[in-house]
Amino acid sequence: MALSSELVLDASNISVQFGGLLAVNDVSFNIPKKSVVSLIGPNGAGKTTFFNVLTGLYKPSEGKVMFGDREITDLPPHKIASIGLARTFQNIRLFGLMTAEENLLVAMHSHLKSGITSTILRTPRQRKEEKEALDSAREILDFVGIGKWASEYARNLSYGDQRRLEVARALALKPEILLLDEPTAGMNPQESSVFVDFVHRVRDARDVAILLIEHDMSVVMSVSERITVLDRGEKIAEGSPEEIRSNQRVIEAYLGKAASEGRGK
Amino acid sequence: MMATRAARKAKKATRRPASHRTWALGYLAVATVIFVVYQYALPWEGLPLPIYDFLQLWLPPTSINEALVYVICALGLNVVVGYAGLLDLGYVAFWAIGGYCAGWFMSNFFEQWNFHGLSSVASTEPGLHINFWLVLVIGGAVCAFFGVVIGAPTLRLKSDYLALVTLGFGEIIPQIFFNGEDINGFNLSNGTKGITRLDPIPTGVKDLGPFDFGSKFVIFVLLAALMVFISLQLRRGRLGRAWLAIREDELAASMMGVPLMRTKLASYAVGAVAGGIGGVAFATHVDGVYAERFNFSISIFLLAMVVLGGMGNVWGVILGAFILSWINSTGLPALGDTFNTQFGTDIDFPSFTFLLFGLVLILMILFKREGLIPESRLRMVLHEGDADEEMKPAHEEEK
Repeated sequence: MALSSELVLDASNISVQFGGLLAVNDVSFNIPKKSVVSLIGPNGAGKTTFFNVLTGLYKPSEGKVMFGDREITDLPPHKIASIGLARTFQNIRLFGLMTAEENLLVAMHSHLKSGITSTILRTPRQRKEEKEALDSAREILDFVGIGKWASEYARNLSYGDQRRLEVARALALKPEILLLDEPTAGMNPQESSVFVDFVHRVRDARDVAILLIEHDMSVVMSVSERITVLDRGEKIAEGSPEEIRSNQRVIEAYLGKAASEGRGK
Repeated sequence: MMATRAARKAKKATRRPASHRTWALGYLAVATVIFVVYQYALPWEGLPLPIYDFLQLWLPPTSINEALVYVICALGLNVVVGYAGLLDLGYVAFWAIGGYCAGWFMSNFFEQWNFHGLSSVASTEPGLHINFWLVLVIGGAVCAFFGVVIGAPTLRLKSDYLALVTLGFGEIIPQIFFNGEDINGFNLSNGTKGITRLDPIPTGVKDLGPFDFGSKFVIFVLLAALMVFISLQLRRGRLGRAWLAIREDELAASMMGVPLMRTKLASYAVGAVAGGIGGVAFATHVDGVYAERFNFSISIFLLAMVVLGGMGNVWGVILGAFILSWINSTGLPALGDTFNTQFGTDIDFPSFTFLLFGLVLILMILFKREGLIPESRLRMVLHEGDADEEMKPAHEEEK
């Protein structure tokens, strides 16, 4: 077990109740600094619910989430985002009618300081701040490889480039943790394998820890240093890809579901 | 192919500020022409009588000034509706508050008090007399304050509910003024009688009374220009981007660190300031404040101006406000007079105002949803039909 000082995020004993449904039951989960960890599980396992607790969209009925030394359980989503927890969306949610670089500038909102008056007057400080933000946005776009589309509207980008732009937008928040919600959804195997390299490159160059929610097992197995498996709201296993691959409960959870689906058809 | 498209887009992006400059120059040019015509040509003896009559019938100076007041307010509403995408059906509240600021601080109404703030009115006059330019600031500030007070509980609601609650506030505030003749013995608004005879506008050269249309025209043109300037500057800054992001996808915006409440409140407050300035301007234009003028139809009227002109595009909004205001104040009555004298009929044309506006709105929604001078971004969505599947707010939950 890693020392707590090395953890960038530590969620302990999280439970989420929706009416009579216990969507997440007493799950503890942490993210070590600069690691790549994954959260997997069959459909309905509570992955996204848990994810939404981390980003502040849901408040857990029990448990608490620590970000470094700071408790973030009750912080609103925009606060959590601005102190360093950035996410992407399973079904891309870019600001389609804004250019790629504007998308990034929106994410920098909380780091910029200009108020109404200084924006109207275009004070030297405001202009300097805007220029620096724009430079930084272009740098991030170049980093993820879509620099040439900087002034293209987000909705005009290809699917793969939109995925990249989502990551770029999250990076613009200067996060310590990057949460990727099914980032390879809709990608073909080649694109997925390029993505695995991309994740490691992001982690190394940007000093972030990465949490993936992912369905594609080949991606999960090749990208993660640690995998946590949820089933019906409970944590049933946690360990290295090798450990998870041979874990009996994990196999049951997945094969059981596959078998019942087979009968259904 | 993508490359050429991107190149074209990039060119367009660099051209955008220049096009605003062109529009601004056009605006000032038109304003100058109007000013010269009305200030010098109209009073000129040599002007052929038919031209004089034509202008007086179809474009009297009062109608231009009234239109400008609508322009100022519509520009404010545009910040709320066009930029931040919040449907506000109670904007008339700010117009009323601004109007009463002028009524309170620029007349003999509060006889019990006597205060003169840089006013050109004789100091023997009772009541609060504050310089028009200061009252503009006060009206804007008071409205910004009320914008925040009204907005704080209201803006937590989404779309339809927000519209309903703003509609409620748009009714409540004018009603307070309407019935404010005797609040525990205190006369707040003089009720239905309203507050009349406002102080003239001091300009340093001469004091402008209610009939100085030409000079007030200049003042209103400059106030509208100020609102355009503020809108464009904000739009291209940190706050404007956040507004656009909220308009597109609230959840994604909050997940990217944009505080929803504060950002929406900022748009509401900026819009309210314009409403306040417009209210003060309107009060000086009609030389008084009358509670029954601040009714719900004004809110709808302003919204129609923004939609007709092109939500989010200041130049479109100016055009929309001018057209609708002109139809309302001059176009229809003048058409009615001409028609009735021509054919000996007795049709009450102005009573068809709202029929006509309804028709205009329906036609706009059917054929030109993005407005007369559309914002480039909106035009893109509205003309692509169903190619924007992925733009719809998607369902977040696992099934």
